Amino acid sequence: MSKSRRELLLEGGKVLVMTAAASAAFEDVMAGHPEKAHGYEMGDHWWAMAIDVEKCVGCGNCVRACKEENGVSRQPYYFRTWVERYHVRGDQPEHPEVDSPNGGYDGFPEKFRVDDGGKSFFVPKLCNHCAHSPCTQVCPVGATFESPDGVVLVDKTYCLGCRYCVQACPYGCRFIDPATNTVDKCTLCYHRITKGLTTACVESCPTGARELGDLKDPSDPIHEFLRTHKTQVLKPQMATGSKLFYNGLDGSVR
Amino acid sequence: MGGVFEHKRHLIRMAGLFGLGGLAFVVLQLFMTPKSFGVYGHYRGDALQEISSRPPVFAGRAACAECHGDQADKLKTGPHARIGCEACHGALARHAEKPESVKPVKREVRDLCLTCHLKNAARPAKFPQVDGKEHGEGNPCNACHAPHSPKEMP
Repeated sequence: MSKSRRELLLEGGKVLVMTAAASAAFEDVMAGHPEKAHGYEMGDHWWAMAIDVEKCVGCGNCVRACKEENGVSRQPYYFRTWVERYHVRGDQPEHPEVDSPNGGYDGFPEKFRVDDGGKSFFVPKLCNHCAHSPCTQVCPVGATFESPDGVVLVDKTYCLGCRYCVQACPYGCRFIDPATNTVDKCTLCYHRITKGLTTACVESCPTGARELGDLKDPSDPIHEFLRTHKTQVLKPQMATGSKLFYNGLDGSVR
Repeated sequence: MGGVFEHKRHLIRMAGLFGLGGLAFVVLQLFMTPKSFGVYGHYRGDALQEISSRPPVFAGRAACAECHGDQADKLKTGPHARIGCEACHGALARHAEKPESVKPVKREVRDLCLTCHLKNAARPAKFPQVDGKEHGEGNPCNACHAPHSPKEMP
């Protein structure tokens, strides 16, 4: 089999054109730098949250504020943050009774008595913004990631809605947004904290049960909180590098 | 002639096809991957900017104090000192932008106060709680308590 000169020239030409196109594209890729948020340097921050279980009154302000700030579906079962009520009997610490009616959005109707031989308390929950998060590791398309300032985010334009990350999160913090069919989760109000504001849940918490903290800022009160309280993260045995530090966390909380 | 190299033309053609396929893949990948992909990690770097560009719905207490400094100062004197304005008054970034056209909606007073202060076994014991049926005999809470300084009479 032999090629005519015409065929050879055609093929050679195609290769040349493609190589030129490839090198041009490569230059663009190398030059591409995402715009930085105004006046905000990602490398200067490492976000975390301090949660004081002993201060939570279960009012549900955080749940309502989160849904309003982030446009989360008002239907039950879709929450970026929610509050759980634990009821633990003294003789059964391994079997707590947990409820969270509508995530605490409408508050908690009285269900237990103070003197029924158990203890009751509220536990606010949200994304743990893990430093080694299992959810970002399983994403097949690079749609979810840990930002340079320590926030686990979702690129909704890239998400396929495959639900791997929903299963991978040990804390149940992800859900499929019924409006977009892509995954949705707490962004730690990234659009607020990059503007110098605190998160909507912290802004609306009446008792200071949650406080946003910047671990890279030596003057941030979170350092004093961590120094003066006996804190714990959820599921420490999973080594997720969770950055939600709970004070007064009962051993029955999962 | 013969043996292994008898049909080498087939092999060369296959290798050429694979080569072209590989090249096509590399070229397509360069064109179809967004510029900012991989700048910070295995994701689209522009996503950070897109996520952070959304306007806030809660203005934050600093914005409230710009106009309502007197109320903010009053709040600092009582046990409600650390509560953000929008915890009770609702999300008001739009009001902060256009104070004349967007007005806050007032919630029913008893309903608002009892959101936190209704007796509940799961609430911390030292947190002030009342029996919603008995306390205040159905009167609005602010008949006896100044909301911004609840231990004082209004």
